[in-house]
Amino acid sequence: MANNINISMTQDAKKFSFTKPFRYIICILLCALSIFPFYILFINSTLPSDQIISGLHFIPGNYFDNNYETLTNKSDVVSSVSVWQAMGNSLIITVPATLLQVYFAAFTAYGITVYNFKFRNLAWAFIYGIMMIPTQVSIVGLIKVCDLTNMYGTRWPLILPAIAAPTTVYFMKQYMEAGFSVEIVEAARIDGSGEFSTFNKIALPLLTPAMATQAIFGFVASWNNLYTPSILLATERDKATMPMFIEALKANDKQRDFGEIYTGLFISVLPIMIAYFLLSKYIVAGVALGGVKE
Amino acid sequence: MNKNNKTKTVEYGKYGYIFILPFFIAFLVFQFYPLIYTFWTSMWQEVKTGRSSSEMVFGFGNYAQYVFGDSNEVFVAIRTTIVLWLLNFIPQILLSLLLAAWFTDAHNKLKGQGAYKVIMYMPNIITAATIAVLFYNLFDIHGSITAVMKSFGWITGETSMLMSGYASLFIIAFIQFWMWYGNTMIVLIAGIMGISPSLYEAAMVDGASSRQQFFRITLPLLKPILQFTLVTSAIGGLQMYDIPQLFNGGGPDISQGGQMVRSTETIVMLIKKYVSAGPQQNYGRAAAYSVVLFIITLAISMVFYKLTSEKKQSR
Repeated sequence: MANNINISMTQDAKKFSFTKPFRYIICILLCALSIFPFYILFINSTLPSDQIISGLHFIPGNYFDNNYETLTNKSDVVSSVSVWQAMGNSLIITVPATLLQVYFAAFTAYGITVYNFKFRNLAWAFIYGIMMIPTQVSIVGLIKVCDLTNMYGTRWPLILPAIAAPTTVYFMKQYMEAGFSVEIVEAARIDGSGEFSTFNKIALPLLTPAMATQAIFGFVASWNNLYTPSILLATERDKATMPMFIEALKANDKQRDFGEIYTGLFISVLPIMIAYFLLSKYIVAGVALGGVKE
Repeated sequence: MNKNNKTKTVEYGKYGYIFILPFFIAFLVFQFYPLIYTFWTSMWQEVKTGRSSSEMVFGFGNYAQYVFGDSNEVFVAIRTTIVLWLLNFIPQILLSLLLAAWFTDAHNKLKGQGAYKVIMYMPNIITAATIAVLFYNLFDIHGSITAVMKSFGWITGETSMLMSGYASLFIIAFIQFWMWYGNTMIVLIAGIMGISPSLYEAAMVDGASSRQQFFRITLPLLKPILQFTLVTSAIGGLQMYDIPQLFNGGGPDISQGGQMVRSTETIVMLIKKYVSAGPQQNYGRAAAYSVVLFIITLAISMVFYKLTSEKKQSR
């Protein structure tokens, strides 16, 4: 026994000499790799086009204002919307979609957790089963729905589907099972609270932490979505979202002003970057939660 | 208590239906009906009957002509998608496992783990479209990285990595790897933290090294989470669109077995091509490809559900 401990200690002592520094170096290199492209993106947004072509630069220039001017003044050439309009267009879709997603996910999860009804288990099994169906496979049918309901070219088919987000429902239900007691609902009933007002006034505040985490991921997914908006808003260039603006920025290939392109990319990254570093604690915790669901 | 429960069922049970109703209505309208309609559309083939007239014929025409017919583009696209996924997933899972083992190693505690996690995860949250266009501009013929490679003599003449099918494939796979390993690492760390510390304590008392602990305790107990990671990554990888689309538009065309094929075109890019307005628009063809993608996705999910239910039974 003593011998065993001795061996493990000498192993540790031996490892200590290079293992730790080696691991630190790899971690720091990987972090540098994460940051590098965005650093170049920032630097290039401050340089004139001809200088960008000449190679990699690491010191910011003073050309950002000119690039920004080009980007915003020639908006009609790049795309029918400016970068700020595209951001506004994305917000108009993303904010209501996120709110609907977390509200109705909590609503649905509450219904399944609190009430005892005949098809409760079936409904839950169904929601669990459809989690993995990707939306990309039914785009032909979604276009048909838009035609039938006169929603083609509007923002509604990008907002309303958020009401049925099975993964979010799954997380809300997990959260409720762990930290929500049905006794509270029963107590509210005795006090004469109606079922919906119990949900809105008593359950919802208790579910806020879980909803906030889910809202971050819902927002990011909707904000970054290129595929569906680029199909459903293809004819409505004035409703172009941020990723569609980026796509247009690339498509405008003939007379490329690299300063302009990098500035457009930089502005598209900036708000997410700021939000990410402010919320990173919650986001990393949320990612960890996503993996341990099994 | 039992009696109480019963009265609750009678009185309040119906509210359960009201609470789940909005979800199911939205699901029916925006997911279920579109899925069924996509299947239905795939069964109708537009057949030319004259120069400007055509009729719709019911049957497996779209599958016969576009999936199993002369054009093998959907199989090329499936292969490309799988190759892209493998090229990013294999290094991704290996690096994530290694980092997760390091970050949870009790013998060698690393400082600043929170910061590493935040920075390594960062690319995942940035808009994929922006990242693709950024890399496109770095690797393009006028790109900054191309200029550097030229100065080293790795690239000569008026060319770039984007003109090579294999180079494009590797860069796209690298972008995916770079965007996702942080995510996978955080998931695996959480999984390892969920393993009972008493197992490690017992192993340490018995003199097990970090390596032994990793292979004998961590890896076997991490299996369900590894399966979960594998399946979600595979299903996500099959839907790959933004990065290959905006990086190189599915190109360049390369010669393979005597015919020209798209080197980086994924299945979803094909579907998008045939639903978009233009002379190539063909909903039946897009729908048939969608059904092919749906079947592959379903097969992977089934394997996953089977694995997890087996796990539950064995417990």
